[in-house]
Amino acid sequence: MTRYVSEFRDPAIARRLCAEIKSLVTAPWVIMEVCGGQTHAIVRSGIDQALPPQVRLVHGPGCPVCVTPVEIIDQAIAIARRPEAILCSFGDMLRVPGSRQDLLAARAQGGELKIVYSPLEALQIARENPGRQVVFLAIGFETTAPGNAMAVSLAAREGLDNFSLLVCHVLVPPAMRALLGAPDNRVQGYLAAGHVCTVTGLADYEAISRDYRVPIVVTGLEPNDILEGLVMVLRQLEAGEHRVENQYQRSVRPAGNPLAWGMVEKVFAVRDQKWRGIGLLPASGLGLREEFAAFDAARKFEVAAITPEESPLCISGLVLRGIKRPDECPAFGAACRPEQPLGATMVSSEGACAAYFHYQRL
Amino acid sequence: MDDGPDHKNKALTGGLACPLPITRHEQVLLAHGAGGRMSAELIGSLILPRFTNPALNRLHDQAILTLPSGRLAFSTDTYVVDPLIFPGGDIGELAINGTVNDVAMSGARPLFLSLGLVLEEGLPFATLERILDSMGRAAREAGVQVVTGDTKVVPRGKCDKLFINTSGVGVVPEGLELDASRIRPGDAVIVSGTVGDHGLAVLTCRERLSFTSQIRSDTAALYHLVAVMLAASSRIRVLRDPTRGGVATSLNEFAASARLGIVVEEESLPVAPAVRGACEALGLDPLTVANEGKLLAVVAREDAEPLLAAIKGHPLGREARIIGQVVEEHPGLVALRTGLGVKRLLEMPVAEQLPRIC
Repeated sequence: MTRYVSEFRDPAIARRLCAEIKSLVTAPWVIMEVCGGQTHAIVRSGIDQALPPQVRLVHGPGCPVCVTPVEIIDQAIAIARRPEAILCSFGDMLRVPGSRQDLLAARAQGGELKIVYSPLEALQIARENPGRQVVFLAIGFETTAPGNAMAVSLAAREGLDNFSLLVCHVLVPPAMRALLGAPDNRVQGYLAAGHVCTVTGLADYEAISRDYRVPIVVTGLEPNDILEGLVMVLRQLEAGEHRVENQYQRSVRPAGNPLAWGMVEKVFAVRDQKWRGIGLLPASGLGLREEFAAFDAARKFEVAAITPEESPLCISGLVLRGIKRPDECPAFGAACRPEQPLGATMVSSEGACAAYFHYQRL
Repeated sequence: MDDGPDHKNKALTGGLACPLPITRHEQVLLAHGAGGRMSAELIGSLILPRFTNPALNRLHDQAILTLPSGRLAFSTDTYVVDPLIFPGGDIGELAINGTVNDVAMSGARPLFLSLGLVLEEGLPFATLERILDSMGRAAREAGVQVVTGDTKVVPRGKCDKLFINTSGVGVVPEGLELDASRIRPGDAVIVSGTVGDHGLAVLTCRERLSFTSQIRSDTAALYHLVAVMLAASSRIRVLRDPTRGGVATSLNEFAASARLGIVVEEESLPVAPAVRGACEALGLDPLTVANEGKLLAVVAREDAEPLLAAIKGHPLGREARIIGQVVEEHPGLVALRTGLGVKRLLEMPVAEQLPRIC
């Protein structure tokens, strides 16, 4: 595994790719990396500082924690506070601010909260605690959907009536379309999220590239993947071309992973979805199908009537749409810090504000 | 919960003439901490034989110690690791080595420890004995004596199996002053070996984590290595064992105390391949993960190579490297120079993301 990783971080290869970018760029370009994991790899390895000034990277909405609406956090907190409930969550949701508090504060006040690395772990907790209601906070993009679908499918097969998902699943292509269609859009090329495409394949991206005449390179998450993806996108931009290319061939097949996506389609159906900081996007999310309604925590616990409140200072919506950079926010590093965040982008491990805060204040 | 007093009564009435031998119980009872015969039996049969020394054997409320003259280094730490036993070590070794190391980072030779045990009712004696065995062994290897102690048993659910507190004292050699305020621009930063092993060993052996690894905790007593280092260089500025918060936290503490910057070369950091792989999978940075048998040294540039050679000559220092240097730029901050030659901030972690690891 490490050998696999180190090859894609080899500094000599990285320097060669940087030199290639410098030699091929003749005009200013704005390129968005969609995935928050890519944003962190860029800032962490210093790619943004090593690029020529004509190439501006803007950071996309591909941070699942960041785009999860505040009311989902509020609902999760309300569920965690119920004595019969055990709320299970990925670790990086815990410090995301809800309207009034975060999940860590809810745990300190007596709510039972477990950090898990997989929804199947939450399912196991449900099997071991038949007297408790185990709720998994099922957030994420197309990447986490198959695992969540599998957990529901297994729970249904086993007849478990104490397991459910609080679902907030979002889909990448509708967001990419919304950004390109906005009047203030500046994005001229995309590095698409390699792991998402590993699951879904390339068909949706072909359509976006055609409709908006924009180059899209499906790119991995290691520094040298990103540099190679940039070379490929810049070649297209400089040549006035637009098509989908696959930099991440070691993982992404054009048809994706039909088995995984088939499981998603069995359990989930596409629905309109609200994104934190961006708003409601049509057909941009996944909800549980009617036949799996028994596993929907939002119905089970009647927690839908919570009125959310957002900080008026937070510009994370502009950051998530690539309009502003985190360090252009007046609250950045002052009123908003990881230990006292105003928005999710400051605390998520994939959030752009967190990346800037952790790596760029020298 | 009611079992405790019952057992205590049996021990004190029915069994008065013949105290219940500890071996009759497979698990710790509340009565073992009640201060009566069963407590005495636990101390006499389980604890004393493993740590025997004249000061402890008196079994008084205090140990009376004769110390060499000089300045005393004094440290305390409480150990609450879950699980108790993990690849490469257990909570007992950790409790001895951790406090020994905290004392040793002043350059002092650790001499005496106290040992406080908080046992949860129901803890298997087999587990307790195994942990006491490794504590006895760790104390002998580190050359320290456990001279006073205390044992409490709390009802089931009131603590997690076993908590340990150790405090330790040692005497600082005459004229030796290790302090981060003595760091100067140009000084070199040395790490004594691979980073992140302990934290990842504990994390990856937690139940439910769906992968296993060969990562072992690096828990070790560092005083003997420190003694070798002090003999090799008189220009060591400061030593620290980067436990919770990892190397990133210790370096940031150095930079803040010295009001100087530190630049770390990413490519020179020693990280075991399995640790790097597990960190990738879990989204952790090995620089922010705990170590229990490593130290960081800041030393005058001209002594860096000889000191490195001395460290590498010690079994606990074979993987030692010079990982960075002290600079006048960005005072109070630590930078990491990446493979692209670009400097970025290396922060201390905001909060511990891991379960209890030490």
